[in-house]
Amino acid sequence: MPQKLDTLKESPSQTAGPYVHIGMTPNFCGIAGVYPVDLGTTMVNAKTIGERITISGRVIDGGGEPLRDCVVEMWQADAAGLYPSPSETRGAADPNFTGWGRCPADGVTGIYRFDTIKPGRVPFPDGRLQAPHISLWIVARGINLGLSTRLYFADEAEANAADPILNRIEHRSRVPTLIAARDGNAYNLDIHLQGPNETVFFDI
Amino acid sequence: MSDTNTPPETGPFLARDRLWHPQAFTPGYKTSVLRSPQRALLSFNNTLSEMTGPVFGHSILGELDNDLIHNFAKPGESAIGPRIIVHGRVLDERARPVPGVLIEFWQANAGGRYRHKKEGYVAALDPNFGGCGRAISAADGSYSFRTVKPGPYPWPNGVNDWRPAHIHYSIFGSGFAQRLITQMYFEGDPLIPLCPIVKTIKDPAAIEQLTAALDMSMTIPMDATAYKFDIVLRGRRSTLFENRLEGN
Repeated sequence: MPQKLDTLKESPSQTAGPYVHIGMTPNFCGIAGVYPVDLGTTMVNAKTIGERITISGRVIDGGGEPLRDCVVEMWQADAAGLYPSPSETRGAADPNFTGWGRCPADGVTGIYRFDTIKPGRVPFPDGRLQAPHISLWIVARGINLGLSTRLYFADEAEANAADPILNRIEHRSRVPTLIAARDGNAYNLDIHLQGPNETVFFDI
Repeated sequence: MSDTNTPPETGPFLARDRLWHPQAFTPGYKTSVLRSPQRALLSFNNTLSEMTGPVFGHSILGELDNDLIHNFAKPGESAIGPRIIVHGRVLDERARPVPGVLIEFWQANAGGRYRHKKEGYVAALDPNFGGCGRAISAADGSYSFRTVKPGPYPWPNGVNDWRPAHIHYSIFGSGFAQRLITQMYFEGDPLIPLCPIVKTIKDPAAIEQLTAALDMSMTIPMDATAYKFDIVLRGRRSTLFENRLEGN
């Protein structure tokens, strides 16, 4: 036997289950008085730099039904393309922007919604610029390991065409599954877990 | 690379072992059938978008956030059920403590009843138990909370399926790609090997990793027993042969 490696195994994932709201958005599910607010409900304030936008959509299962019990989290750069994170080494991000949001799907319509700003461009490891994008993470009953994907913007066609990640998608007909349509300051992206319009999910 | 002065904690994460984690399509757990992607995942090396992530300061924590026995209870009252302490450490795959990360937990009460409007189990709600808590890992990666041991819970999957006693965990790391949700089970629970959600995990060693051990060394005599539950998050890749030597 060779020497044992000194790496541990990652804790295996389990589904968030149908009552994920108790732990992640207790006020949303009627558990008041434990936390003053649910984390991730407000990403911007009056001083946040950047173009105000709304991101919304639904997460849809393989039977065409929207998930009414999922929670969507998002992570994005500020308007200058800097992440408000200690791991960001290129400069200080906008102190009036959290970069992170969490939204439970509406219990009736299944719609998730974030009020945020449009992100700036962030470099790829080789220095090329990525197109503006938002990282999404979806958990729910029936999802054993959180699903990662990205939202890109339909009005950034030129940047999208040069984006290193979008260019990795072999089946070009699937690229539009990551691109949110624009209507005024609102962007909409439905996420399809399964089926002919299945969203491209990432192993990252 | 544009990150020549990048400190060590900003590197790319080790790839996930997706055969260790449960697969997406696990028909024994019926809801996964229509909620599992069928196409292959798109793999790529981490970019800044995956290597960075939100970090939460201690200012978000209230005094009772890690005390589920009291954080929903009326003054002078407390939740009903076996009083336990759950403690452990957050480590990365390279066995280093992960400090400063937010851990959220939620659970049913001692009778297996969740405080949630979509929940219809006949077991009673405990008026002094909400079921949510949170903590931030200390400098050595440690965390702890006190609660009551949750009861097993029937669910409409098979005709007679029962969840083992469990506590749900949501854990952040320092990068968004470390984001993890899992469940903690209790040593010796005979429902563990019967559960279709547990069985979404194929490797028995991975199931053991989610099973907390009774830890008599941390019990408080005449007050609470204790369980130990360590969490392992993805590690950052060593960069020995990239463009810097720091962190190796």
